[in-house]
Amino acid sequence: MRETRTPDIGITVSGQPVRIPEGVTVLAALYAAGRLITRRSLSGEARAPLCGMGSCYECRVLVNGAVKRSCLTLAQPGMEVTLMTELSGTQVEDAR
Amino acid sequence: MHAEAGLLTPDVLTPDVLTPDILVIGAGPAGLTAALTAAQGGRAVLLADLNPGPGGQLWRGLKADHTEAAPTPGGELLAQVQAQPGIQTLYGAQLVLVEHTHQGRVAQFSTPQGACRVLAHKVILATGSSERFLPFPGWTLSGVVGAGGLQAMVKGGLDVSGARVVVAGSGPLLLAVAAGLVDHGARVLAVAEQAGLPALAAFAVAASRSGGRFGGKAGEAATLAWKLRGVPYLPATSPVRAEGGSGERLDRVLLRTGKAQFSLRCDWLAAGFGLVPDTRAAALFGCDLSQTGEVQVSAWQATSVQGVYAAGELTGVGGADKARLEGFVAACAATGQVGRLREVPQQAARSRHFQVALGRSFALRPHLAALAGPDTIVCRCEDVPHADLQGCSSWTEAKLHTRCGMGPCQGRVCGPAAETLYGWTFTGVRPPLAPVPIAELLTGSPSPASPLSFQESP
Repeated sequence: MRETRTPDIGITVSGQPVRIPEGVTVLAALYAAGRLITRRSLSGEARAPLCGMGSCYECRVLVNGAVKRSCLTLAQPGMEVTLMTELSGTQVEDAR
Repeated sequence: MHAEAGLLTPDVLTPDVLTPDILVIGAGPAGLTAALTAAQGGRAVLLADLNPGPGGQLWRGLKADHTEAAPTPGGELLAQVQAQPGIQTLYGAQLVLVEHTHQGRVAQFSTPQGACRVLAHKVILATGSSERFLPFPGWTLSGVVGAGGLQAMVKGGLDVSGARVVVAGSGPLLLAVAAGLVDHGARVLAVAEQAGLPALAAFAVAASRSGGRFGGKAGEAATLAWKLRGVPYLPATSPVRAEGGSGERLDRVLLRTGKAQFSLRCDWLAAGFGLVPDTRAAALFGCDLSQTGEVQVSAWQATSVQGVYAAGELTGVGGADKARLEGFVAACAATGQVGRLREVPQQAARSRHFQVALGRSFALRPHLAALAGPDTIVCRCEDVPHADLQGCSSWTEAKLHTRCGMGPCQGRVCGPAAETLYGWTFTGVRPPLAPVPIAELLTGSPSPASPLSFQESP
């Protein structure tokens, strides 16, 4: 039953190049890149995607500079994805 | 699209405003059926959905199925929708706000291409349901996800092959999720269902009697049982605590059956405690809700607001057959195709019977409200712990005193949790429904009469 897909598009996750199959979400690309933590909570706890369907906003990232829910966003060739954990304090506040 | 231009003046009908006869919001089983049915009646339909493609949650990642022998129900429906003239689709579209102008309701969506405004005199809401999460110690760890949540992530391309997964929570969804995970190569260690065995047996009997036009439950159950052979199904079992290991990642989960506790080491804990009707869009349109949180509808799926219909999980969680039936009825009613409604009553009674059995069998047991400890975070966006909320008497008071529900998710996660934990009624859905770039809000150029407020108020 398992589909085997061929990696065929390239994006970057916080500067690191990642090859992923066409048609997968940015969220799947984050895990493929080994990025299991998407943000820090107000008190500094690690947080990661929860709902997978656009409700919780835990998976939000910057895609080409704009805040997107990674679970609702399909990866496109050349996308530049930045994790919230890589932003400075004021940038995080802006991106909330 | 369909010309009703006589009613429109230039201030609303600018070139960027779409004017379909029927706007359908949500492209799952109910929305696809509604769009097809309305278009078959000769109407111009705009079908909008938040996701990048059709299918909703149940049929996420849906592809049209043209096989004639035994097509999948969703795939066959999508093939019909794609072949039907008069249906325009708008995917990746987040409903942001609804303006009430003198010409009618204008729904504004945020899309990958920017803002999109839609004026439609008839609207069919098919926004489905979302998962209820309940806080327990450790539920904020990386690796603890929703049950439907993990299923959605896997359908989006997440690789779980070889991963150890514990599925927990409540409802028939857990079994479907577990079977899907097995299909994708995961090792499902257990399915922990909070409901007890007597309730589950009653549900199985009810489900076996709920056949219908769109396929019965008995065949589905047999398929699930085959896929899940060898996976322990543990009734009256709930997660007590998730514990982290290295890298701030889930390492193990402690579960409880009665007084017995045991722990399982796992890579994922997929925990969901039933489904909650997604009524945010309905709230923006001003539709009345029942005391139990569903959109109130007539026998023809009409809401309390003239011209606005609702179909599917948002009128009561009951599965795909109910959703398709309601989508069909709503579209017939909205387009005046009365003659097509003849078959409906008998089917409706059967699907309602299933819905009642579902609610009764998987009612959440009181001890689940006691899983959270004083320090357990309830509102993940604003880091509000259980102890801070226990002293509050209502959702509004909690928002004022703790900022609970005021972060990016706007109570989508903590709202349903607070209903179960504290018995509060979730209130206060306000535009915009999602954080959007300010430029998109400005391009909407609302008329002065429209009650727009972007400020957060309790």
